Amino acid sequence: MNARLLPYVLILPVTVFLCVFFLYPFALVAQQAFAGDGGFGLENFRHVVSDWKFPISLKNTLLLAALVVPVQLALSLLMATMVTRMEKGRDLVLYIWTIPLGISDLAAGLIWLAIFDQSGFLNSMMAGLGVIDRPVSLLNYQHPGIVLAAIALAEIWRATAIMLVILVAGIGLIPKEYYEAAEVFGASPWQRFYKITLPLLRPSLQTALVLRIILAFEVFAVVAALGGTVFPVLMGQTYELQFALNNSAGAAAMALIILGISIGFTLLVLRVLRVPKGARI
Amino acid sequence: MAQIQIKNVAKTFGAYQALHSIDLTIADQEFMVLLGASGCGKTTLLRIIAGLESATTGEVWIGERRVDHLPPRDRGIAMVFQNYAVFPHLTVFENIGFGLRMQKMPEAEVKRRVERTATLMHIEQLLKRYSGELSGGQRQRVAVARALAMEPDVILMDEPLSNLDALLRLEMRAELKGVLAESKTTAIYVTHDQVEAMSLADRISVMHQGHIVQSASPIEVYRNPAARFVASFIGNPPMNFLPATPAGGGTWTVAGEHFQGPKTDAAGLDFAIRPEDVTPSETGLPATVRLVEPLGAHLLVTFAVDGHPFRAVLDSERVIQPGERMRLAPQKGRIRWFHPETTQAVS
Repeated sequence: MNARLLPYVLILPVTVFLCVFFLYPFALVAQQAFAGDGGFGLENFRHVVSDWKFPISLKNTLLLAALVVPVQLALSLLMATMVTRMEKGRDLVLYIWTIPLGISDLAAGLIWLAIFDQSGFLNSMMAGLGVIDRPVSLLNYQHPGIVLAAIALAEIWRATAIMLVILVAGIGLIPKEYYEAAEVFGASPWQRFYKITLPLLRPSLQTALVLRIILAFEVFAVVAALGGTVFPVLMGQTYELQFALNNSAGAAAMALIILGISIGFTLLVLRVLRVPKGARI
Repeated sequence: MAQIQIKNVAKTFGAYQALHSIDLTIADQEFMVLLGASGCGKTTLLRIIAGLESATTGEVWIGERRVDHLPPRDRGIAMVFQNYAVFPHLTVFENIGFGLRMQKMPEAEVKRRVERTATLMHIEQLLKRYSGELSGGQRQRVAVARALAMEPDVILMDEPLSNLDALLRLEMRAELKGVLAESKTTAIYVTHDQVEAMSLADRISVMHQGHIVQSASPIEVYRNPAARFVASFIGNPPMNFLPATPAGGGTWTVAGEHFQGPKTDAAGLDFAIRPEDVTPSETGLPATVRLVEPLGAHLLVTFAVDGHPFRAVLDSERVIQPGERMRLAPQKGRIRWFHPETTQAVS
């Protein structure tokens, strides 16, 4: 076979697969979102945005992302640094820390529901310790703060490991000599982290943050399990439009709005953490 | 500006003894080269002095201070690494100024020192570049400039030229020598390249299997190797060795010829002579030519002397054929003797 053609032939199956099962449905969704009574327009967008629940779900989604992502970033950096320094048992610790990754997000939501529920562990523990007289309902509209905290906690527990894995791999790529040079030239352990690890980890931080932020805007099952209607989020609204209100054009518009937000934040992360040409390892 | 003292330093990695009780004093402003094959412990010793590795036992003194319990940054040292370790995310300026900024030096002084050392290393036009935009030789210059900018008491260099191509290495070698002599810094330089060691060092410490076998000036190490290992490690081609048997009264028989040697009661000695210290003559060691390698400036001829391989560097004008028999006369005063069991030099 012609050697110049071979690469294209080899990527053909994947390309066809992506076109049929990704690009085509995506085009359909987009078409649906922009379709209206009088041909193409922004009617569907106007409709979903003017819903009274839209601002609150947008606010909730952004709030949750703003709360969860920085905590996860800090935690995963700390954990990655610890794992990297370990000489023994490194793999075991890494496996244990990544267990939550293997659990579906709905199951994760249910696990935390079992803790925060009126008949859950937290209530029975507090009752047992005599902090409260009888079980109280924590996850309702009277305690929005607790609902938010429970969702954030569940999200942090569930999805920190995805960042951890990327950062551990990234730290492993930084040559040891840079740390030794920094040490000889006077950098304290904290300065070595701040002046060597962080800047050299930028490519991995980009990947981890982009992935995590996209996931944060797609948050759904954990919120559904713990917050229900008390804590509406964008993806929950999309689900409701599609399945409760049978408004698939509206759902398509919502999906595109979420996509737009994700792309916006992705570009922001790529811009902020860009590595100048010639400054790569 | 400091003298370095290494007292009884030993290092073990698990069951492996990397360094055996090293004692070494390096004078203020001396250029000391640690020379040895890979795995001889030279880099470990350098890293112990730097503080990147801790000694299992022993003490390291720099100047009047014992430093083996101090972190690297408190030892008054700077280091040039084998792979340069020029930080890729910083510009050349920021790299050279890294240590100075860590010391919280005023920015004007940082600028002055960075510019001065950059000019010294001829990289003043590269200050805004990143290391990814530099050639290997330029990175090497940045690494040296970064160390010099610290104006350290001691500068440590771990095979700094080994990643450069041959021509560049020669150029940098000469430059390093000049720059370091100018800076009046005590320098310790690790290399496995004997030519580099000879050309740079005030004193060479030849290391072998975790021991310092000899510590002396380059010419002394070359002319009077303290042990058979040094004789065979230094010099290219290395020294020739032939077994000698006693003929009484300090006379020794080598390949049927008599030579005046040390007066000892040993049952046998090793006779040693450098390849360039023999000349074809009417008398001397009987030799048969095995191989002739013309090297331009001279001929490298491999002989068999009494069944032992023996190499000589001869004038390239001579016409020599394999199988030819001749006699090789050792130059007076250049014959060395080693004890076959202890491998130490005997005089």
